[in-house]
Amino acid sequence: MRCCSSLITKKRIYLILSFVLLGFVLLAIVPAFAQDATEAEYRPFPLIGSRNAAWIAAQLHLLFGSFILGVPMFAVIIEFIGWKTKDERYDRMAKEFIKLCMGAFSTTALLGGVLVFILVWCYPKVLNKLSGIFGPTMIFYVVLFFGETFTLYLYSYGWDRMQGRFKWVHLVLGVLLNVWGTAIMFVSNTWLTYQTSPATMFGKLSDKTKEAWVENSLAQNPELTRAELLEGVTDKTVIPLHNETTGEFLGNVWEAVNNFTWMPINIHRLIGNIAFGGSIVAAYAAFRYLVAKTKEEKAHYDWMGYNGNFIALCGLIPLPFAGYWLGREIYIFNNTMGINMMGNLFSWLFIIQAVMIGVLFIGANYYLWSGMGRIQGAEKYARYRPYMITIIVICVAIWMTPRTLSTISSASELSAMGGANHPHLGFFGLMTAKNTVVNIVILTTFLSFLFYRRSGKTPTASWKGLGNIIISAIFFLGVVSIVVIGIVGFAVETDVRVNVLTPWQVLVALGVMVVVTVVDIFMYRKATTSGTIKWGEMTERSQYVLILLAITFTSLMGLMGYARSGLREGWHIFGVQKDTSVDAYTPALGDAVNMVAVIMVIFFALVGFIFWLGLWGDKKKQPAVPIEAEATAESDD
Amino acid sequence: MKRVSLFTICFAIFIACWVFLRFVIGSVISVPIPSSVISMYMGLVLIAILVHVSVEDSRFREFIRPIHETLVDENRKNRRIILAVLIPLLLLGYTYTNIAQKANPAGDPRVAHPVPPSEFKLTYKDKVIGTMQEVENPHRHLEKDKPEEFKSHVENGRRVYYDNCFYCHGDHLDGQGHFAHGLIPLPANFQDPGIIPNFQEAFFFWRISKGGPGLPPAGTPWNSAMPVWEEVLTEDEIWDVILFLSQYTGHSYRTFGEGH
Repeated sequence: MRCCSSLITKKRIYLILSFVLLGFVLLAIVPAFAQDATEAEYRPFPLIGSRNAAWIAAQLHLLFGSFILGVPMFAVIIEFIGWKTKDERYDRMAKEFIKLCMGAFSTTALLGGVLVFILVWCYPKVLNKLSGIFGPTMIFYVVLFFGETFTLYLYSYGWDRMQGRFKWVHLVLGVLLNVWGTAIMFVSNTWLTYQTSPATMFGKLSDKTKEAWVENSLAQNPELTRAELLEGVTDKTVIPLHNETTGEFLGNVWEAVNNFTWMPINIHRLIGNIAFGGSIVAAYAAFRYLVAKTKEEKAHYDWMGYNGNFIALCGLIPLPFAGYWLGREIYIFNNTMGINMMGNLFSWLFIIQAVMIGVLFIGANYYLWSGMGRIQGAEKYARYRPYMITIIVICVAIWMTPRTLSTISSASELSAMGGANHPHLGFFGLMTAKNTVVNIVILTTFLSFLFYRRSGKTPTASWKGLGNIIISAIFFLGVVSIVVIGIVGFAVETDVRVNVLTPWQVLVALGVMVVVTVVDIFMYRKATTSGTIKWGEMTERSQYVLILLAITFTSLMGLMGYARSGLREGWHIFGVQKDTSVDAYTPALGDAVNMVAVIMVIFFALVGFIFWLGLWGDKKKQPAVPIEAEATAESDD
Repeated sequence: MKRVSLFTICFAIFIACWVFLRFVIGSVISVPIPSSVISMYMGLVLIAILVHVSVEDSRFREFIRPIHETLVDENRKNRRIILAVLIPLLLLGYTYTNIAQKANPAGDPRVAHPVPPSEFKLTYKDKVIGTMQEVENPHRHLEKDKPEEFKSHVENGRRVYYDNCFYCHGDHLDGQGHFAHGLIPLPANFQDPGIIPNFQEAFFFWRISKGGPGLPPAGTPWNSAMPVWEEVLTEDEIWDVILFLSQYTGHSYRTFGEGH
């Protein structure tokens, strides 16, 4: 009896608590409904505000989107390798990747829907303007989305059915899936890049738009003649696509699509997706490795983690170059925006970026060096490790040295330096120094990979001695060239540095990697195997590093997204549509970091749930054991 | 002879790096580095050491052996007592130095080269010249078209500079003028490769013509001592002095490719 009465009391307490909570929620959201919902420019989102709601939804959508676009790219490549080499373990790994995608795919779509609802509800004015310009692309987007969905279903569910003679059809489906996915990203990038850079070059305009721009400009400056207006206008002159006074759109859809930052963002995100997808897969494999019960399971997930990290590295190496191109385009579109990005409002964000990319490179190298511990015969390369760590750390230190130290120095320190710039370390704060060290870090990471590749193998080529001398000379000359170009960069016009010297540094770094790879492949073509790779014998520390890399990638994407979006400052569409909402201010870096951290926690909670679902479903099944715990070093290629 | 442990070697490297940054670079080679930057560099040194010792299991075990021994070995009791006293004392000292009031206020957070507002129109007094994006030095083209005339503009710029600017910005344009020591922030050093090459001529026109009082409200409080030179100099004189700055230092102003 007493038991029953205590149960009733408990229920009553829960009921009262529920009503109180409901009351609080209603109190919080009622103001939102009290707004005029017919002609409102903005409607507030309850509790967290419109900007934060849109920020969370957009960033989560982007993170999941990045994952489901990146993973199929290498899944299809791995499947192709498996088909060609007839090695089943590749096929199984590719299938496992796609299985991870399936859960994430619906979540991406769901989050996309949430984002649209938030925009429709909170920012009708912005959405109205954008849909007025980009309406046709939105219809195209829906078509692509259907294409991707059904191709993914066919690709995933048809995996086992299309083995054997229909494997090539399956591979074509995989390629098609990537085409749909990439096209979807390109289309959605048009909307957000247009918000940042609603302009294009004169040479890209249609005759009709050129005429509209001339008439519009003459109407605004009646003292000018047509000839005076067009004097000095070249094909590369930046032309805004709106009437400066009324905000009326002057161009056509393609001109709006092909705006200044569209293609650089497309390429940057395409490569970034590969790196991000690789790192998330590696983190998944690391998690499975850490909880694995059997040797075989450990071997499988060790191998998967290695491949994920390798793919992430392949994406990470060209990523700074793509980012540099994007930065350059922003400067060309609007140099004030560029100065704001690199030298003012967002400059500290780029110091944080340097720290995080430093973590990525140090982590990736750490994992490679740890991996060499499981290869017999890799010991001989260990003696180079301290030098490589030293080079990487010095380069990262230079990369993260701020130019202006006024905000992090005391008055006496500033006085001792004679100003806000240190007389010597201040040089490290300039782009030419930073570009130089980025290229050296990339080459050092490539060297780590080269050592990893060579581990456990003995070349039989008669010219191996000469080959090593050639490779060493190429590395030496490459690094010297990069440093010399960097030093010259201090003394030339910025235009020359940005457009000539920096691309040359990049070409030298890429050239070294290509030539060395070719020489090394020929040198080790008929190499004998002196050791085996003991898959599953990695340290647990190295697995935590893989998880750290995924977290760092996620944070980096969030923070740089804040920079890309924040560059518009008080505009929805830069220079065209003013943000007059209560959230018009640009949030401080500290606020942005907090927000990104919250988003990251939500993202990993959701990803963890999806991964757990995969584990849960597999619980009753026998674990897939596709590879031997011990494999020859050669089989790794 | 007893072999020095890996932990001791790493500890010695760590201290040596700090001494190098704090005293060798900070006193012998150059001027002191702000403590925040030293902390940043030392963080990296620590990461490098941890990476090196933890890549291989055997090395990691060797590294933590002295720590393990200190914590559990019966023979290391004295070491434990010393650490038990030393660590709280160090923490207390650190807390004290961070909390104790010092006559060393935080540095001036003012940005030396503020970015103009995005909706910016370049003006001389009330006359609109154009946007920062478009405006070029009207005498710059003479460098190719009429070198003699260009030279006379540079000479005029030299005269304007030594009549008005050198008191703060120095004889050699290095920010070391007679009045420089009395100003915070210090006057711009035009010899620094991070000053002229980073900004276009229109930016310099804006800063010279509007001076400290004309800086945008976004970064207040400003305390630049730069006068509003448009009240003293003509528009041409300002453009001429801008030509002189780059001719004298050999640095070229920033340009943004063909589109501009």
